Amino acid sequence: MNPVNYLYLAALLFTIGATGVLVRRNAIVVFMCIELMLNACNLAFVAFSRMHGNLDGQIIAFFTMVVAAAEVVVGLAIIVSLFRTRHSASVDDASLMKL
Amino acid sequence: MENLIALLIAAPLLGAAVLLVGGRRLDAVGHWIGTLLAAASFVVGLVLFAGLLGRGTEDRTLTQHLFSWIPVAGFQADVTFRLDQLSMTFVLLITGVGSLIHLYSVGYMEHDERRRRFFGYLNLFLAAMLLLVLADNYLLLYVGWEGVGLASYLLIGFWQHKPSAATAAKKAFLVNRVGDMGLSIAIMLMFTTFGTFAFGPVLGHVGDTSEGRLTAIGLMLLLAACGKSAQVPLQSWLGDAMEGPTPVSALIHAATMVTAGVYLIVRSGALFNAAPDAQLAVTVVGAVTLLFGAIVGCAKDDIKKALAGSTMSQIGYMVLAAGLGPVGYVFAIMHLVTHGFFKAGLFLGAGSVMHAMNDEVDMRKYGGLRKYMPVTFVTFGLGYLAIIGFPGLSGFFSKDKIIEAAFAKGGTEGWILGGAALLGAAITAFYMTRVMLMTFFGEERWRNRPTPSPAEPSVEPAAEERGEHAEPHPHESPKVMTIPMIVLAVGSVFGGAFFSLGDRFLHWLEPVTGHQEGHPPVSAWTVTAATLVCLVLGAGLAWAQYGRRPVPAVAPRGSLLTRAARRDLLQDDFNHVVLVRGGEHLTRTLVYLDHSLVDGVVNGTAASVGGLSGRLRRLQNGFARSYAVSMFGGAAVLVAATLLMRAV
Amino acid sequence: MSFPLLTATAALPAVGAIATAAVPAARRTAAKWLALLFSLATLALAVTVAIRFDPGGARYQLTESHAWIKDFGVRYELGVDGIAVALIALTAVLIPFIVLAGWHDADPLETGNRRWRPTQGFFALILAVEAMVILSFEATDVFLFYIFFEAMLIPMYFLIGGFGDRAHAHGEETASTQRSYAAVKFLLYNLVGGLIMLAAVIGLYVVAGNFSLQEIAQARADGSLHMATGTERWLFLGFFFAFAVKAPLWPLHTWLPNAMGEATAPVAVLITAVVDKVGTFAMLRFCLQLFPGASKWATPVILVLALISILYGALLAVGQRDIKRLVAYASISHFGFIIMGIFAMTSQGQSGATLYMVNHGISTAALMLVAGFLISRRGSRLIADYGGVQKVAPVLAGTFLIGGLATLSLPGLAPFVSEFLVLVGTFTRHPAIGVVATFGIVLAALYTLVLYQRTMTGPVKPEVAAMPDLRVREVAVVAPLIVLLVFLGVYPKPVADIVNPAVQQTLSDVHKKDPRPEVEAAK
Repeated sequence: MNPVNYLYLAALLFTIGATGVLVRRNAIVVFMCIELMLNACNLAFVAFSRMHGNLDGQIIAFFTMVVAAAEVVVGLAIIVSLFRTRHSASVDDASLMKL
Repeated sequence: MENLIALLIAAPLLGAAVLLVGGRRLDAVGHWIGTLLAAASFVVGLVLFAGLLGRGTEDRTLTQHLFSWIPVAGFQADVTFRLDQLSMTFVLLITGVGSLIHLYSVGYMEHDERRRRFFGYLNLFLAAMLLLVLADNYLLLYVGWEGVGLASYLLIGFWQHKPSAATAAKKAFLVNRVGDMGLSIAIMLMFTTFGTFAFGPVLGHVGDTSEGRLTAIGLMLLLAACGKSAQVPLQSWLGDAMEGPTPVSALIHAATMVTAGVYLIVRSGALFNAAPDAQLAVTVVGAVTLLFGAIVGCAKDDIKKALAGSTMSQIGYMVLAAGLGPVGYVFAIMHLVTHGFFKAGLFLGAGSVMHAMNDEVDMRKYGGLRKYMPVTFVTFGLGYLAIIGFPGLSGFFSKDKIIEAAFAKGGTEGWILGGAALLGAAITAFYMTRVMLMTFFGEERWRNRPTPSPAEPSVEPAAEERGEHAEPHPHESPKVMTIPMIVLAVGSVFGGAFFSLGDRFLHWLEPVTGHQEGHPPVSAWTVTAATLVCLVLGAGLAWAQYGRRPVPAVAPRGSLLTRAARRDLLQDDFNHVVLVRGGEHLTRTLVYLDHSLVDGVVNGTAASVGGLSGRLRRLQNGFARSYAVSMFGGAAVLVAATLLMRAV
Repeated sequence: MSFPLLTATAALPAVGAIATAAVPAARRTAAKWLALLFSLATLALAVTVAIRFDPGGARYQLTESHAWIKDFGVRYELGVDGIAVALIALTAVLIPFIVLAGWHDADPLETGNRRWRPTQGFFALILAVEAMVILSFEATDVFLFYIFFEAMLIPMYFLIGGFGDRAHAHGEETASTQRSYAAVKFLLYNLVGGLIMLAAVIGLYVVAGNFSLQEIAQARADGSLHMATGTERWLFLGFFFAFAVKAPLWPLHTWLPNAMGEATAPVAVLITAVVDKVGTFAMLRFCLQLFPGASKWATPVILVLALISILYGALLAVGQRDIKRLVAYASISHFGFIIMGIFAMTSQGQSGATLYMVNHGISTAALMLVAGFLISRRGSRLIADYGGVQKVAPVLAGTFLIGGLATLSLPGLAPFVSEFLVLVGTFTRHPAIGVVATFGIVLAALYTLVLYQRTMTGPVKPEVAAMPDLRVREVAVVAPLIVLLVFLGVYPKPVADIVNPAVQQTLSDVHKKDPRPEVEAAK
């Protein structure tokens, strides 16, 4: 199959993820959308790796996975502690990122 | 032999260090330590003097090199001492009179709880003054020069709890600093001209440079001398300096430190000889000051301030003589030495009177003291006769020579300078007779004073502390005070005759300063006769005013001149209005500008940056999704830009 | 390879900083002693450096060189010349006294105010500053120097902003606001200077291809590295601006009075006596060596600015009502002298300037630390709140006077030697500027004596009547400084001998020779 199709798929997935991040309010869903974007990138990396015939893309994909795993740990912890203090998982309820 | 020179300075320096660092433990014996070390220095001086006398006339210069002080490329300052006839004269005067005044102070400062420190400062002064006269180069001289300034500052302000004393001390130091500026510029000029500032090379090469440069150096040296020797226009500090304890006035502000300017000019004689314009300036300063000081001295009721005016005037004579060149150098120094005797004696006498009168300084509250204080009366009287130039006494020989030399300058200048000197002699006789009459003769104005006069705050604080306004009981001072007075009186009587007999002093100093016989347009005897006439006139006038008539206890308003003279001929008022007020306005304006302008520009920049960031801040609302939008937007812009670049 | 003495001298206080910071909260006193111990050990190392240094030897000695960031040619290169040795010695000498003087400045308040004042942090920051200052004196790699030149701002910022005088006339709240203002001002001024310097550092790399001071200076000297006149001038200005802010030179001086006024006395000494010296030192080492042509080009303007600094600083000192701000303005005046000496381009001027850096450090430390003791007793920095102190505390007043006399350059004390050398050095080349600068000595006497008169003399004010005299610890701080002042005033030859060869080399870098006297009378 033409590897370019994988790139189209990756772009589609990324757009879905990005839209989700922008329109959804539930932090868990936002979070899953971010994961979706990361995996879209992974897909693109692997596809490029195949297209160019070297391993760089695949190696980076592994890095991405590790980063994503770490991010899950930190992100979920934040969401849980937010939910505990505010009894809500909506990202619009908290504007803690300004002074 | 040479190695003894450093010992001269080391002894009092050790005393100062021990007394000032030693603390209260030394309170009981401190004054004797100080006196002993001053005397030790005097003994060393005598030994060296004997050594010098044992050498040939042309071979009387000893040098001692201690160490290299500031070595930087061509700038080589060494700590080297030079003892020749000129420094030797000063060493003996300083240590001799200094030791006597140490002894006197043992009695005078007996009741002061800070007596140990007083002696520490006195020793510090001796060390600095000896360094000044023993230095072999101008930079080392400068160290002594400022050192005596420091000692003078500390001693004028010895009673620091009195604001007037603290102010006077500060004033003295500041005015002196203006003079010191002259000395440093002179040294810099010497360095650029000669590449050195040691006496030998500089004075030996004056012929190799232009007269303009020498004149500049000479004028700067004159500025320095004006500061230290209280010459017009830097004389204003000396009167206020009388806030210090009386022994200080005797030692520093009469006998030694204030004469340092004369030393500087005589020491730099070779340089001045080659710069006639600078010499003329020196004589003018001397002549103006000798009249200025004499006029001020006539109007003061404070015995110490009257004597201070007199000191200024007498140093004016010396500066005048020093400005006359080789004709006058020797006589300047001779008058300096005899003046050291009689003026120190007069001040010690004044101190003794004040001691007896509960530290009262106003002569209008004295009178008839000769009966109660015979020793003080006799010694003071001999000093008085010496200073007015009574025939046979010291002042007669030294002052007469200066007047002759002034006339010998020749031309109109000679007549003007000589006339000024003669007039000065008459005024000297007037104000000194006035002091004498008001203090020791006439009715006893201190008896049954109706009310304690609040007009003039007394100088010494003890009286205020004890709250004594009761009638004083005049009494003779203890032996420890009278002995120095007697010794100085002997010096005042016989010093001049001893020096002049067979021109001893002249032969002693000539190898250093050089000498040239003056030829006044009139004969020497005429000058002497004129001087005596002036003396009689001045003294007679004073007797008519203060001897024949009773002295009013409150000063009359007086003529315009008298009132101006009481205020030091308005020099202080000028200083106050122009320098003090002007300076205050200047600094206040600068402080304001520093805050509003220099700092304001920076703060303005900061404020505008702050305003901009305040606006930018609104974009940061803290909501995660709005940040996400901006991130995606930014990414989209980046991608678009990249594609665009590709397309182009 | 021999023992890396220079690295050790800088590393020891750094280790000390970490160790001090790690002391548990309750063991305050242990932290103080530890800091003192480390500062004394650093002093020992600095003395070793001074002894091992051979004035007649190579220009840079005790050198160390290691590759660091190969891609950009950044090397870890250390080396000292005579000027650096003198300043390292000054730093190492002063830090123990600063530590000792600040012994109680960072004690936590027991009652009332519960503000947390971490003693450990205070002393650790001081040692950190020492380490960075020493490294910037040692660095012969421009980039390495730049890093420490900037990095020392961080601990200084916390020292100024975090620790102030115990009692304050306007209450703790106002004091804390003013303190943060001063600290931020300090940081911003120096950061702006540093940024411009960074641009110049990068520019230098673009032109020269590496950061090594010795290589660039060598290449410039033998002509293998040509710089366009315009480029050289811009680069010079970039470097000079940063150093002029740090020094500070009029009109970039306004951060200093704020910083010195709000900081505690020991920190104020650290600023003016130690940190600021990096600025003037760097002018000598970097500006003159790297950009000799541009230095000569800028000399007239810099001399005039220095002259303004001298008179302006002194006049403003006269007008101050706050003791510490007065000392700060006096320092501005003194920095004017130092910069004037450097750019007089004569051996007397530059040797004098280097000695001036050392002597000013000691004299300001003496004056400021005693002023700090005085302020801590009465809880006010205003001159008008004092009067008659000499009656109740004669030792304090005496040491204060000696510090003041050193500040006004009394002959016999160390600052006189350097001030006179600077004046002479300037005078030989620029007589008019030398003469005008001499007015500075009169103004110096004015502000010092007015300060002494208003605080120490006159009738005893009731508020100071119970003031205790100096304690043993305080005497231990002041007495050695005074001994140093006297010693270096009477016998400055040891320091001068170390400094002179380095100055001669710097002068030959800028192709300048001393003017010859009109008459060769010295022979």
